[in-house]
Amino acid sequence: MAALSSLAWLIDGLLVVGLLWLAWRALSCRDLFTAIVLFIAFGLLMALAWVRLEAPDIALAEAAIGAGLTGALLLAALARLQSADADEVITERGAGRWWSTSPLPWLAVSAIAVGMGYVVMSLPAAAPGLSHEVATHLAASGVGNPVTAVLLNFRGYDTLLELMVLLLALLGVWSLGGMPLHIDTHPSPVLDTLSRQLLPVLILVAAYLLWAGADAPGGAFQAGAVLGAAGVLLLLAGWRLRTGLTRLPLRLALIVGPVTFVIVAAVTLLVEGQLLAFPTEHAGLLILIVETAAMLSIGATLAALFMGGHPDNQQVHR
Amino acid sequence: MTAIHLYALAGVGLFTLGLHALIVHAHLLRKILAVNVMGSGVFLLLVALARRTGEALPDAVPQAMVLTGIVVAIAATALALVLILQLAAETGRATLPDDRRESR
Repeated sequence: MAALSSLAWLIDGLLVVGLLWLAWRALSCRDLFTAIVLFIAFGLLMALAWVRLEAPDIALAEAAIGAGLTGALLLAALARLQSADADEVITERGAGRWWSTSPLPWLAVSAIAVGMGYVVMSLPAAAPGLSHEVATHLAASGVGNPVTAVLLNFRGYDTLLELMVLLLALLGVWSLGGMPLHIDTHPSPVLDTLSRQLLPVLILVAAYLLWAGADAPGGAFQAGAVLGAAGVLLLLAGWRLRTGLTRLPLRLALIVGPVTFVIVAAVTLLVEGQLLAFPTEHAGLLILIVETAAMLSIGATLAALFMGGHPDNQQVHR
Repeated sequence: MTAIHLYALAGVGLFTLGLHALIVHAHLLRKILAVNVMGSGVFLLLVALARRTGEALPDAVPQAMVLTGIVVAIAATALALVLILQLAAETGRATLPDDRRESR
């Protein structure tokens, strides 16, 4: 037992040191491409940290989003910046203001770190939080995974508003003209074949994550992130939406999640007298319906965020 | 000192590293990386503290909040990246005017 716990300490220690070192290197190395690659590695280590903290739901989302999709977005933006002529755009000439090279910022953030560290160490060792409430009402939630129960049932309005935030972010990206893709139209045969082989597997994984999410780690977010990653892979391989699909079908995929959620919320408000108060006997089915729609919208939105520019305009440019 | 404290303090450390980089770096892409590292620090702190239930299962409410936060963070990052690209297209630079004046 002692050997096991010292091994656990070794893993935790290495993980924490690795996280801090990768974050430090990503934020301080001169080259922005290196910085982004280090940041992707940082996301992968974060996924391991979530597993160590017994948060497998977050680990799944982090592996797909934090390490995968965010990295793809950052690299696409960097490529676009580099294609602009100005050298100053990518080289960090001049670190900023006068205090950038002085020890003043380090002193200030160190003081904040010491304060926060003191607060962390002085917190009580045991704090049940809301775990008792969740455990008591889990049976009535319609699902067996406490995190899914919180996301879709106990605090469903958080998730409803989050879907709206995703949609708003995409509207913002489209309004600003987005970032046109700079990908050669003749991808290597390896990427082309690999993306064709991987696509059905990714769709299957997404469906499994959605279904398993009721009682095991998984759910609409993780499944949606996998679908979004599948979309990004297709875009990288040179695949584009046909003109007929960019208008109504794409928009329907983007709003099916929020709209389904709002309809369910309105119906529960009328029938049960309270927003998103699922009746116990139908809760499981209602959550599955909402999650399926949410997964489609999250996947479509994440892929559309990577696609960037307004789909109608992209067709014109081509 | 327990594993919970170790990860919570690592969260504090990540937040601090991110805040420092946000202050000293002029390039906006670096600032976005810094904000993302700060966010990861906050998430790590929240989830580490959620394990203090004293039982087998950690508190699910902070975990659900962090899951929501990760998705919102990537949406905000995508919007911020497009804002940078627009700024670079308009001015030919990826820094803010305030930082630019004094860096010359």
